[in-house]
Amino acid sequence: MTEIRPKISVEYVKNATIVTLTDEKILEEEDIRALQESIMSVIERAGRINLIVDFRNVRFLSSAVLGLLIRVSKKVYEGEGQLRLCSIKAKIHAIFKITRLTNIFDIYPDLDSAMEDL
Amino acid sequence: MEAKTPINHSIVIESEPTAFLEVCKRILSELEAHNFSEEDVFAVHLALEEAFLNARKHGNKMDAGKEIKIDYSVGSDKIEISMIDEGDGFDPDGVPDPRAGENLYKAEGRGLFLMRSYMDVVKYNESGNRVHMVRYREKPPLTETPGQIRA
Repeated sequence: MTEIRPKISVEYVKNATIVTLTDEKILEEEDIRALQESIMSVIERAGRINLIVDFRNVRFLSSAVLGLLIRVSKKVYEGEGQLRLCSIKAKIHAIFKITRLTNIFDIYPDLDSAMEDL
Repeated sequence: MEAKTPINHSIVIESEPTAFLEVCKRILSELEAHNFSEEDVFAVHLALEEAFLNARKHGNKMDAGKEIKIDYSVGSDKIEISMIDEGDGFDPDGVPDPRAGENLYKAEGRGLFLMRSYMDVVKYNESGNRVHMVRYREKPPLTETPGQIRA
């Protein structure tokens, strides 16, 4: 497992790249920009990527993180890859639901189910 | 027992996340001290963050020298918050629904919608540089049933 900055950890399992967000709260614009750079560099290195973003540690986020995920998804789909989100806590999931982002992101209850059929 | 009259607090900060962090902590601690639920604290935290981001970015144009004034009061039944920036304001009714059509795929434009979703009252002054928000205690939770996570 490779540590990239303090914001994410990256793990490669079979043909999936698992990015785990390590912070409990993701709020400040500077942090989100750093987070985006880290994830984008993982995608660029991989080319066609099966990316899983694991939210198990995240207890709070702002709408800026939703924007980051949209940009990440565009990058992944440009390379004909797949993006899955997993382990999103109920309060955070409600934000995805209210904004209808559940309609455009593939969200799985846990990492094991996100790994299936990749 | 007679309900205590809520105390009005007024704080002026620079448009900096570190300055806001302290105010945010203070407001959320006060909510917890008044035994508001976890859902209430989460909702107010989210609305505060989104309002601050709007005030800092769109109002004060990321100018740390410009100030943001935050007024708040926490009572037994509700919390009221006002936030004023030094910007020219905007028309909140002109902000498109981020859930509609192509807006769903845009990276920005969800802050105001979330404020409106998580607070009971979100009102702007005429010039659009002051937002007033209220959340009342005890309502049905916003969260989805656990286990229905998969889209």
